Amino acid sequence: MPMISAENINFSYAAKPVMENVSFSIDEAQIVAIIGPNGSGKTTLLRIINGTLFPDAGQMLIDGKDTGQWSRQEIARKIAIVPQETAAIFPFYAEEIVLMGRFPHLNKYRFEDKKDYRIVHEAMEKTDTLAFASRRFNELSAGERQRVLIARALAQEPKVLLLDESTVFLDLKHQSQFLALLRQLNTAQQLTVIFVTHDINLAAQHADRIILLYSGKIYAIGKPAEVISAANIKEVYDVDVLVDQNPQSGLPRMTLLT
Amino acid sequence: MPIYRRVTLSRVLQISALMLMIFVVICIVSLSLGSVHIDLIDVLRSLVNSFTGKVSLSSQEELIIFSVRLPRIIFAGVVGASLSLGGVVFQAILRNPLADPYILGISGGSALGAIIGIVIGAGSFYLGIPLLAFVGALATVFLVFAVAGSVRGPLSDNSLLLSGVVVNAFFSAAILFFLSIVNSMELHSITFWLMGDLSGASAKEIYVAAFCLIAGFVLLYAQARKLNLIVQGEDTAQQLGVNVERTKQALLIITSLLTAVAVSLAGIIGFVGIMVPHFMRLVFGSDHRLLLPVAALFGASFLIVADTIARVVLAPAELPVGVITALCGAPYFIFLLKRKSH
Repeated sequence: MPMISAENINFSYAAKPVMENVSFSIDEAQIVAIIGPNGSGKTTLLRIINGTLFPDAGQMLIDGKDTGQWSRQEIARKIAIVPQETAAIFPFYAEEIVLMGRFPHLNKYRFEDKKDYRIVHEAMEKTDTLAFASRRFNELSAGERQRVLIARALAQEPKVLLLDESTVFLDLKHQSQFLALLRQLNTAQQLTVIFVTHDINLAAQHADRIILLYSGKIYAIGKPAEVISAANIKEVYDVDVLVDQNPQSGLPRMTLLT
Repeated sequence: MPIYRRVTLSRVLQISALMLMIFVVICIVSLSLGSVHIDLIDVLRSLVNSFTGKVSLSSQEELIIFSVRLPRIIFAGVVGASLSLGGVVFQAILRNPLADPYILGISGGSALGAIIGIVIGAGSFYLGIPLLAFVGALATVFLVFAVAGSVRGPLSDNSLLLSGVVVNAFFSAAILFFLSIVNSMELHSITFWLMGDLSGASAKEIYVAAFCLIAGFVLLYAQARKLNLIVQGEDTAQQLGVNVERTKQALLIITSLLTAVAVSLAGIIGFVGIMVPHFMRLVFGSDHRLLLPVAALFGASFLIVADTIARVVLAPAELPVGVITALCGAPYFIFLLKRKSH
C-alpha cells in the first residue's frame, strides 16, 4: 500500500480552481520533489497532503485512510512539515520550539520526560542547533531559525517529512548537511520525504521522483530524467534552458540560457 | 535578560508556591491596613483563631477583618486573577502581546448594561446591575462573534479584532449618550463603575466569581500546551496536532465568561489584563503551563495591592481601584519603551 496517495483531487479557493484532477501515489521511503512555477499549487498540495486543507472532490489517503478521518493529532504523529517561516511574536527559546514537536505524542497534562528531552537533544544535534538551544528563537538568524524548525519536525518522529522551501535560508554547509541528513533518515528509518522547491537542480539531484505542477495540474511525474527536459521547462516556466547531465551523478542538470 | 530554564512540573509548582506565598503575605498586610489600622499581630492572631474555630465577631477588629476586609480582598484577588487569565489567553489567541480581555468589546457591552441598570434604577433589586452588565457582556461576545463570523468561514484574528473595535465604538457612543442625559447622582455611580470599583460586591457574588475563576482556571490549564502552539501561528499549531478551530472557540468562551463575570461585578478595571500577563511573560517566559498560574497569582496580588492603596490613600473616603491600576499602567509602558531601546 502506498504511504500517500491522491485520487482525482480537485480543490478551489473561493471559485478559483487551484487543483484539478491531481492523482499520484508515493511509496514509503521515497524522496519526492514538487516543482512548478509560482501559483501552480505546490503549497496547496502540501497542505492537502497533511490534512490542513481538504479536497473538494477526490481523496487524499494516508496509509490508505482519508485525511478527513484522521484526527489532527494522529496526522501529526505521521506527518511533519517544515514551513518556510514562522511567527515569532512571543519570546520562546529555541529548545522550547523544538520541544513542541513532541506535542502529538503527549497527553494533555503530561510534562515532557527524559525520553522527550533525549529526542529533542538528538534532533538538535542533527541540525547543528544545540549551540543556541537556550537562545530566544526570535533573536536567531533566518537560517538558524530554519534549522530549529527542521529540528522540531524531526522531534515529531514523523513517517513523512514535508518541506516547503526549507533550504532557502541555509548556507551551503548547512544545506549539504541537511541533504545528507535527509538521505540518512531516508535509508535508516524509511522516512518518506516530499519537498517543494524552486531549485530544479536540487530536485533533480536528490529526488527519486519529481512532480511537475502546472496551473493546478500534474504536467509531468516520474524520475528526474523523465521530467527535467528542456521542452518541459520551456512549456511550464516559459524559459529557455539547457539540460545536460551532471558528470558525477549522471542526473539531469539545468542551466538558464538567458 | 532572563536565562533559559526548562519548564518542568516541579518548576511550575515551585514558582507557583513562591507566588502563592507572596500572595498570602500581601493579603495579611492588606487586612491590617485601612481607615482603621489593625496591628499585624492582631490580624495573625485572629486568623489563627479562625482556623481553630474560636473567632468572636463581637470584637470590633475581628468584625472588620472578617466581614469587611477579607471578602473585599478575596474579591480583589478573584477579579485580578480573572482579568489576568483573560489577558494571557486573548494575547495568545490574537498573537498580540498588548491585547487585553476587553479587546473584543466585553467592557463596552457590560458598561452599557450596567449604565442602563443604573438609569432605570435596577440597583434596588438584588443582583440588578451586575446581572444587566453580565447580559451586556455576553450579548457583546455573541455580537462580535456574529459580525466576525459573517465575514467568511473560520474566525480569523483580524475579523475578530475589527469587529471588537466596531462593537466597542458603538457602545462608547451609547455610553456617552447616557452620560449626557443622567442626573448627577447617577453620574457619580456610573463614573465609579466605569473606573472599576470593588466596594459593591456582596459575599454571595464573590463566591460565584471565585467559583467561576477556579472552574475557568482548570479548564484553561488543560489547554495550556495548546496555547503554546497556537501562539506559533494557527498553521503551525494545526500541523503539530492541535484542532485549532475548536480549541480557539473553547478558549474564547471560557475567557469571555471569566471576564464578563469580573467586569459585571467590579466594573471596568483597566490595565491589569494587559500589564500582568505581559510582565509575567517577560519574567517567566512564554510557556503557558507556567504562565497561567503565575499570571493568576500575580494578578490577584497586584489588584489587592492596588485596592488597598485605593482604600487607604484618602481614608475614610475611597478611590475607584481603576484609578490606581491606570496610574501604574503609564509608567509600566514607559519602562517597556526604555527597555526596548537598550
